[in-house]
Amino acid sequence: MSGTLITALYVFVLACFVGYQVITRVPPLLHTPLMSATNAISGISLVGSIVAAGSHRGVVSTTLGTIAVAAAMINVVGGFLITDRMLKMFKGSPSGPTSAAPPATPPAAAAKPVNGAPRV
Amino acid sequence: MQQAAVGMLLAVIGTLVQQQIVDYRWIALGIVVGGVVGYPMGMWVPMTAMPQRIAISHMFGAMAATLVGVAEYHHLAGQVSPGTMAALGFEVLFGALTVTGSFMAFGKLQEFIPGRPITFRGQNAANGVLFVTAIGLFLYLIARPANPAVFFTMIGLALLIGVSMVLPIGGADMPVVVSLLNSYAGLASAATGFAIGNNVLIICGALDGGSGFLLSILMSKAMNRSFGNVLFGAFGAAPTVAAKAATGLSVRSITAEDAALQLAYASLVIIVPGYGLAVAQAQHQVRELAEQIEKRGGTVKYAIHPVAGRMPGHMNVLLAEANVPYNELYDMEEINGEFERADVALVVGANDVVNPAARNDPSSAIYGMPILNVDRAKRVFVLKRSMNPGFAGIENELFYDEKTSMLFGDAKTSLAKLVTEVKSV
Repeated sequence: MSGTLITALYVFVLACFVGYQVITRVPPLLHTPLMSATNAISGISLVGSIVAAGSHRGVVSTTLGTIAVAAAMINVVGGFLITDRMLKMFKGSPSGPTSAAPPATPPAAAAKPVNGAPRV
Repeated sequence: MQQAAVGMLLAVIGTLVQQQIVDYRWIALGIVVGGVVGYPMGMWVPMTAMPQRIAISHMFGAMAATLVGVAEYHHLAGQVSPGTMAALGFEVLFGALTVTGSFMAFGKLQEFIPGRPITFRGQNAANGVLFVTAIGLFLYLIARPANPAVFFTMIGLALLIGVSMVLPIGGADMPVVVSLLNSYAGLASAATGFAIGNNVLIICGALDGGSGFLLSILMSKAMNRSFGNVLFGAFGAAPTVAAKAATGLSVRSITAEDAALQLAYASLVIIVPGYGLAVAQAQHQVRELAEQIEKRGGTVKYAIHPVAGRMPGHMNVLLAEANVPYNELYDMEEINGEFERADVALVVGANDVVNPAARNDPSSAIYGMPILNVDRAKRVFVLKRSMNPGFAGIENELFYDEKTSMLFGDAKTSLAKLVTEVKSV
């Protein structure tokens, strides 16, 4: 028991270290997508919820588990979709300092991304 | 992101085929409900509502973790080793306070709860008592896990702590709180991993917790305040400075025509966006104005304060949505030296991040916070709805500066006017 706990702690500490290294390299420009991405990833508690909802442990477990599955799923679906939307916006903006020249092209695409075209 | 999504899909499928899973009906129901609610939240929420969107999703993440913790405790019915109990306790403590805390943050950002700090006498003492009691119950549970009453009391306290923690925090401090809640939600997930022995959960939770923590440190640093100060400072509660500045000083307002004339002939314009830009949804108009100025040969740069807006990177996302090229966006350190050369600094809905009181006035609540040196520009135009102080409730002496002219009105309308005027100059 304590052996697995130690292993789990190792994993935790290593993950924290890797996370720190990766995240300090993310420029402030992308902090919002970073947040929504980690949010989507935190939806991984879906796996815990699935176990609670689907292993016949009584009404309480099933009910709580089902709600938890729904909550986690909201984060997974919503989180990935919105992160993708944001990252596309960052990619989509003209990469060079040429923006002064063609002012006519972007507005059509940019004006109404709220109800945006279906993207996957 | 696709790789991450695929990885997660694999983890979920892996869990689904485990032998202990015997009933798929409820799982399917949860997945369908979550998908139906999650899809619009991902696809159709406008970029201007991102802070609320992020806050509420922290709530869902933490809710999942908390419910799993409760279900697990219920299932094991007290037959829990101290190690597992510690993990479960962490999970529901962090989870529960994040659920209510995030909901409060959501409410403040969505403005159905007043955005200003809500404080009362002895608040910190009351919070302290709540916190210490919750920790006490937690320690007791580790020693004697088979005690559901104590377990649920602890959850109740954690829910209360979430509310009372966010109540006294003002809108301007929201970036810190949102990132902190992000971190808590992640830590709750990681604790779930410890409790049910799942490494994927531990890793993802640690990443989430770590990144949220790091962001909140960055945000606090950007305001030159400590964590403790943000959480317990009840910033902006005492409007001492407001009284001082309101006496006898007057502001100059300017018409769109005059402002447009100066913008049209400026060689360097620095645009300083703030939360007001998001509220007015004026990001597209800002870009149009910038294009008009650039067409006439001027240079436009955007100065982004790290805590402008209500979450980390808020302004960047908004401007990216409007297709502003991101090589025109500058961080505070990069741009601050350039204000002296700027002919016009155009402040769009920003307030506290350009308040010189942070440099000059030791009695100000924001004293010591690094700011954008807008007051060093040759001319300053401020687009603002009215003379109400910003979210932090502090008067801004920049508005009374003799170089400053105010262009009152909705930022979107004002900017649209400026675009038309600059075109016709």
